[in-house]
Amino acid sequence: MTERGIISFGAYVPNLRIERSAIADAHGWAFPELKARAKGVRALANWDEDAVTMSVEAARGVSTDGVGALIFASTTPPFADLQNATLVAAALGLPETVATSDNGGSLRAGVSALLSALRSTVHTPTLIVASDARHTKPGSAQELQYGAGAVAMTVGSGKVIAKLIGTASRSDAFIDHFRASGESYDYYWEERWVRDEGYGKIVPAAIKAALADAGIDAADVRHFCLPGTMSGIAAAMAKKSGIAAEAVVDNLHARCGDTGTAHPLMMFASALERAEPGDRIVVAAFGTGCDVLVFEATPELANYKPRLSVAAAVAGGRAEAHYTKLLSFQGELQLDWGMRAEGSEKIPLTQQYRAREQLAHFVAGECPSCGTVQFPQLASCVNCGSFETLTPHPLVDEAAKVASYTADWLQFSPSPPLHFGLVQFDSGARVMMEIVDVEPGQLDVGTPLRMVFRIKSKDKERHNVRYFWKATPATVQGA
Amino acid sequence: MATGIRDKVAIIGMGCTKFGERWDAGTEHLLVEAFREALADAGIERSQIGAAWYGSCMDGVNVGNSAIPAAMALRLEGIPVSRVENMCATGTEALRGAAYAVAAGAVDFALAIGAEKLKDTGYGGLPVPFKGTLNSAWMPLGSAPAGFAQLASSYRAKYRISQGDLKAAMAHVSWKSHVNGVKSPKAHLRKEVSLETILNAPMIAEPLGLFDCCGVSDGAACAIVTTPEIARALGKTDFVTIKSMQLSISAGRESGTNQWDGSYVPNTRNASRRAYEEAGIRNPREELSLIEVHDCFSITELVTMEDLGISKDGEAVKDILDGFYDADGKVPCQIDGGLKCFGHPIGASGLRMVYENYLQLQGRAGERQLKNVRFGLSHNLGGVPFNGVSAVTIVGRHND
Repeated sequence: MTERGIISFGAYVPNLRIERSAIADAHGWAFPELKARAKGVRALANWDEDAVTMSVEAARGVSTDGVGALIFASTTPPFADLQNATLVAAALGLPETVATSDNGGSLRAGVSALLSALRSTVHTPTLIVASDARHTKPGSAQELQYGAGAVAMTVGSGKVIAKLIGTASRSDAFIDHFRASGESYDYYWEERWVRDEGYGKIVPAAIKAALADAGIDAADVRHFCLPGTMSGIAAAMAKKSGIAAEAVVDNLHARCGDTGTAHPLMMFASALERAEPGDRIVVAAFGTGCDVLVFEATPELANYKPRLSVAAAVAGGRAEAHYTKLLSFQGELQLDWGMRAEGSEKIPLTQQYRAREQLAHFVAGECPSCGTVQFPQLASCVNCGSFETLTPHPLVDEAAKVASYTADWLQFSPSPPLHFGLVQFDSGARVMMEIVDVEPGQLDVGTPLRMVFRIKSKDKERHNVRYFWKATPATVQGA
Repeated sequence: MATGIRDKVAIIGMGCTKFGERWDAGTEHLLVEAFREALADAGIERSQIGAAWYGSCMDGVNVGNSAIPAAMALRLEGIPVSRVENMCATGTEALRGAAYAVAAGAVDFALAIGAEKLKDTGYGGLPVPFKGTLNSAWMPLGSAPAGFAQLASSYRAKYRISQGDLKAAMAHVSWKSHVNGVKSPKAHLRKEVSLETILNAPMIAEPLGLFDCCGVSDGAACAIVTTPEIARALGKTDFVTIKSMQLSISAGRESGTNQWDGSYVPNTRNASRRAYEEAGIRNPREELSLIEVHDCFSITELVTMEDLGISKDGEAVKDILDGFYDADGKVPCQIDGGLKCFGHPIGASGLRMVYENYLQLQGRAGERQLKNVRFGLSHNLGGVPFNGVSAVTIVGRHND
């Protein structure tokens, strides 16, 4: 079909994993039936993570060399009017010539973005990021089923690891669930109807068409990726389509949960981590219709090793047993944080723009006179006082360690204690930074750290979000 | 060539309010309370004051921007009155303005007054001051104890001291100040506290527990300065002179380069070195009679003993546990209770420290009066150790 194909991928799953039993136990008085489905853990976005930050973290696992376009796909974009893809591009340090766009409106959005990129006639690679951190109504089935995460994929020519060999799309106003603009929760219709009339009729037909387009038989499919929160739905659709039961790719329910828009790509990436060259992979996404993409792994796949694999992202993480933390992070529970939480977080957009490069991509400056690397970049060198313009020096991927630290129980933090300290970079730069995803007693002077893109603060009055980089122990799974 | 201000400025009157939770008084009332005591002490009229410096730190409480509300409270009409703010060194900055005015011959009498009404915030601990629009975009907004707590992590790493041993010395610092505070009628906290209570207090910012943190108080303090010649002409015989006032501020090196190990405060070392030079003090461990230092947190006092050159580097823990800084030790520290127990209304603190040294030099310190007092040192530390300002003031007798 086209010379373009998948050239790299990366996955991100938040470090926090809420124990499903903690959720079910909290609701046991009202919904004892939840207990039976409360096995394993699901990923929980920290208070300072959203679809934008997770997308950035996933994209740090892929090559962005020469990327000409970036598509951000999500049903939970932080902004309705303010292109989220632009925030991702800036955090990744992509050049301002990159063509950015947002894609949403359906759980198919990630796969649709991938399809557009594959069909594109441009010569530069396209980066697709898909991410969701959906809020769930307390006590709902989704509260146990949904996770959070992001996937990045680059589409281009050259060292293609998987090529598209067939597709089929269906647009169908079959509404299994919906979430109106500005609402927090998905509203679902009865599962039996969704399974029989929705998935059961729409998905096999689309798969059949896609396989025909690819010119292969269902029996040739080695990996079948279809998300769905209904138990056994992928296996049922595989059976209906004539795809072998062994081809059904695990939906990562046990340790991650459903990551929404990211999930078809998460399962696709997971399949690529296991696939052999020549394997045929079907990726299907359901949501007011269906997109089915048929891929063939190329010989190049044997040489490809993802920097941020799905396997590692899913395997990592720290179990969280406090259910009220989930509620508090999602805003369901207004804890009394005291007067210290009352401060204004108004963001001067003028200042933010003036410092956009150093803030978005954490760019320090190197003094042309004495070579000192420093952040922030001010108008005069911190070491020698020279007024010369500093040379950009990104700190995002530089090794660092703790120079001093504390755990602050006094200052307001949505997830106390607030760990912060002086972070010493290998280049000599030193920055006072927040340190996240810290286990008690884990920090000491010299503890290795790496950088993560996070929300710095939220303006509760104007609903603006301020992003910046934070440090995390290098042992935490990620970029 | 600058010659410094040693013995060029006489302190002829001082005042200090009762520190504490002053639910009864606003900033204006606190200012007047300290001012009236200083006027009476100096024996001059309000109309004789030629210029004034008012210090307050927090904009969310107190009387607002500029010196106008303070001038209004004190009814200082038609003279130059300025507001100064330099974090916890604010009170000392007010005194520095007044002292320089007198030393320069600009006025005969100058007033320095500082106040802080922290108990109008509605919560415990200090508010976090605005850090500027650029810094707010990246800098973590930690609490004051969290900024200072980091001294402990670096100090332990440098001298390979266990958490337990360092905590024991830190606890002694607070215990000693509580013992001293009992004898200080104007102090906020006047109650002894056991080492066990101190060590087992709830954590505020690791490793600082509640009793490693100073009192958050309301209060005001005030000084009236003039030249030694005018003081003598007024018939004063036992007045105190400023031997030195030095200040040092961070310009980013500590927090922005790898040239500092985080275990000490370079500003205090700079300011004290210059202050000893200006005052002609060669051996502070032997020559200083008492010290009032910025013990905002126990760990701050601990490293300050080394930064002031009184304890050798790495030996503050030993000196502290040996009782060197206790009321009956060689160099009593915080004889009035310090920030820990006298309290810490930020804008007033620098002046409160000088007030104690002033009283001790004149033999007016009551139950806590020390013997043979010659030189009293006071020390402020504003901001945080990695981005801060440090001030050192030494006072003594005019004829010494």
